[in-house]
Amino acid sequence: MSIVECKDINKTYQQGKIEVRALKGVTLSIDKGGFVALAGPSGSGKTTLLNIIGSLDQPDSGSVSVDGNTFEKMTQSQLALLRLHKVGFVFQSYNLIPVLSAVENVEFVMLLQGVQAAQRRERAKAILDDVGLEAEYDRRPAELSGGQQQRVAVARAIVSNPSIVLADEPTANLDSKTGNGLLEMMKKMNEEKKVTFIFSTHDNMVMDYARRLILIRDGCIVDDQIK
Amino acid sequence: MSIDVKMAWRNIWRNPRRTILTISAIAFASLLLVFMLSFQFGSYETMINSSVKIHTGHLQVQSAGYQDKKSIRLVVPDPDTIGKILNQIQSVEAYTFRAIAFSLVSSKKRTYGSIVIGIDPVREAKVSTLKSLMRKGSYLAKDDTDQVLIGSLLAQNLKIDIRDEITILGQGRDGSIAATVVKVKGIYSSGIDDLDRNSIHMPLKYFQDVYGMYDAVHEVVVTGKSLKAVDGIKAVLNTGIKKINPKLPLVVLDWKELTPGLLQSIELDLVSGIIFYFFLILVVAFSILNTFLMVIFERTREFGVLKAIGITPGRLTKLLLIESITMTTIGIAAGIIAGSLITLYFQGHGIDISGASDILVQYGISGRIYPRLSLLSAFIGPGIVFIITFLAALYPALKIRSLRPVEAMTYV
Ligand SMILES: Nc1ncnc2c1ncn2[C@@H]1O[C@H](COP(=O)(O)OP(=O)(O)OP(=O)(O)O)[C@@H](O)[C@H]1O
Ligand SMILES: [Mg+2]
Repeated sequence: MSIVECKDINKTYQQGKIEVRALKGVTLSIDKGGFVALAGPSGSGKTTLLNIIGSLDQPDSGSVSVDGNTFEKMTQSQLALLRLHKVGFVFQSYNLIPVLSAVENVEFVMLLQGVQAAQRRERAKAILDDVGLEAEYDRRPAELSGGQQQRVAVARAIVSNPSIVLADEPTANLDSKTGNGLLEMMKKMNEEKKVTFIFSTHDNMVMDYARRLILIRDGCIVDDQIK
Repeated sequence: MSIDVKMAWRNIWRNPRRTILTISAIAFASLLLVFMLSFQFGSYETMINSSVKIHTGHLQVQSAGYQDKKSIRLVVPDPDTIGKILNQIQSVEAYTFRAIAFSLVSSKKRTYGSIVIGIDPVREAKVSTLKSLMRKGSYLAKDDTDQVLIGSLLAQNLKIDIRDEITILGQGRDGSIAATVVKVKGIYSSGIDDLDRNSIHMPLKYFQDVYGMYDAVHEVVVTGKSLKAVDGIKAVLNTGIKKINPKLPLVVLDWKELTPGLLQSIELDLVSGIIFYFFLILVVAFSILNTFLMVIFERTREFGVLKAIGITPGRLTKLLLIESITMTTIGIAAGIIAGSLITLYFQGHGIDISGASDILVQYGISGRIYPRLSLLSAFIGPGIVFIITFLAALYPALKIRSLRPVEAMTYV
């Protein structure tokens, strides 16, 4: 059963006087429970595609739906609610709210969802334990290493059982050992909690973790293989 | 503490120096407003009270039209009945009767026009400060007859001193000539030129004989226990007078009606104060606006993350408003406390304003002014600061609603 549906997506950016076609008619369908890598060289359109799937950006044409919700006719606040409940994000860096501790960062999403305080704390701690941060609950982002920060970001993304987690080059700022640790952890969450992950990368090591590898070049999907 | 408030609190202290500057600006403005408003209110009260004590009393009962025409024929015929009403009003401090005539006053060398006022020496001393203004000679005694008190400038002009004789020539109530020769018993100086240049006080009984007044007077002068009591006394007096005889052409005037100039100078002072306060508050509003525009500028990326994880625009606005309200509240609270303490200090010690302002001297104030802290003076200024800074923060708080997450995220 597919959880993400993209049909013929086009996106053009204006860079001064030059038009850059970031996506050229991308059609894509991703199944529930997938662990999908979006790979391609720099400037190929990976971030653009992830942002569009996550409703952070709107395509010029084409349609996107997540878990049966088609974005086209939704308002900004409806999209905000959709992101809150169905989509988790992990960015390359600066994911966390600097004034909140690790556990508070994770709790914050549940706060927005209206989860009870006691339950929030309990679930936040449990998920931080799952990503291996049982000793780091009360540290602020500035007091965590890059890898630890990314783990908190993953914990925050999956704590509310979203339909998909979108991770844009989550390991790009990490050394390869830490990056592999993070991917192992993501894979574990994917297997144990059945969370669908879509992540972008241009690192071969990272691609190896994926069960499905989509290659994108110049805004077009050029290869799509299931391992 | 909810996470929202916790976040706001921590965000406030991310840039401690800027926060302290902003809070200080708010606190200082609030302090200034509390003190200055208390000072203004205090000086108005002093102005009113001393003006009341020298000239007019808080209230007067007069014949209708007397205030404008000052005609000797417009009298309060039976002042004792009014006295009986006043005796029964708790909040009346004292009252006295006065009769007034315009006359020519001559010494051996010169003649001047002057206001001759008949006063009850005992009652007058309780209502006005006349007794304490004596500079030479002495105040009138209970049974004095052909003796007068004279303003210092008038005495100078007439080139007379105490114990000298002067001739008074005027018109009596019935149109007949009123003339008498009196002896100067004392010379007073109020500091108010008008009063010192052209007034003479004589015993009321003697005045009534000379001017053919019988028992009538022109003014029943009343002081209340406080300024606040005035409206109440006025109402009781009005109904009391109606009860005696509804057709009696008497009116009750309060200090505002008796000295319209005083009210005007108060209003003028208040307006110029308000203009100053307006600019003060404007400066504070801009400092808040600037702070929060900077906040948005610096935290764009963070707001982008918040939007990406699905915060609603309303909640984002709320977060920023909690920050601004917390900062403003700290500043205002500090300002109110400091401002109140300073005001209370000067309320006890007074502020020396000798030689400061002509307007004040006109109304008999010289020396010290005592600011008066009240709920109103403590909270109205800071309250307005609160509202204005809230509005100033509202603009950036609403602006971030339209921030688009992708743009915020690519913004570094
Ligand atoms: N906001 C923007 N304005 C103008 N052009 C943009 C904008 N965002 C992306 N582009 C352009 O669109 C194309 C695709 O960019 P995108 O960021 O999706 O690539 P990417 O695959 O994520 O690259 P990288 O691996 O470097 O992150 C690029 O040519 C880029 O310059
Ligand atoms: Mg990218």
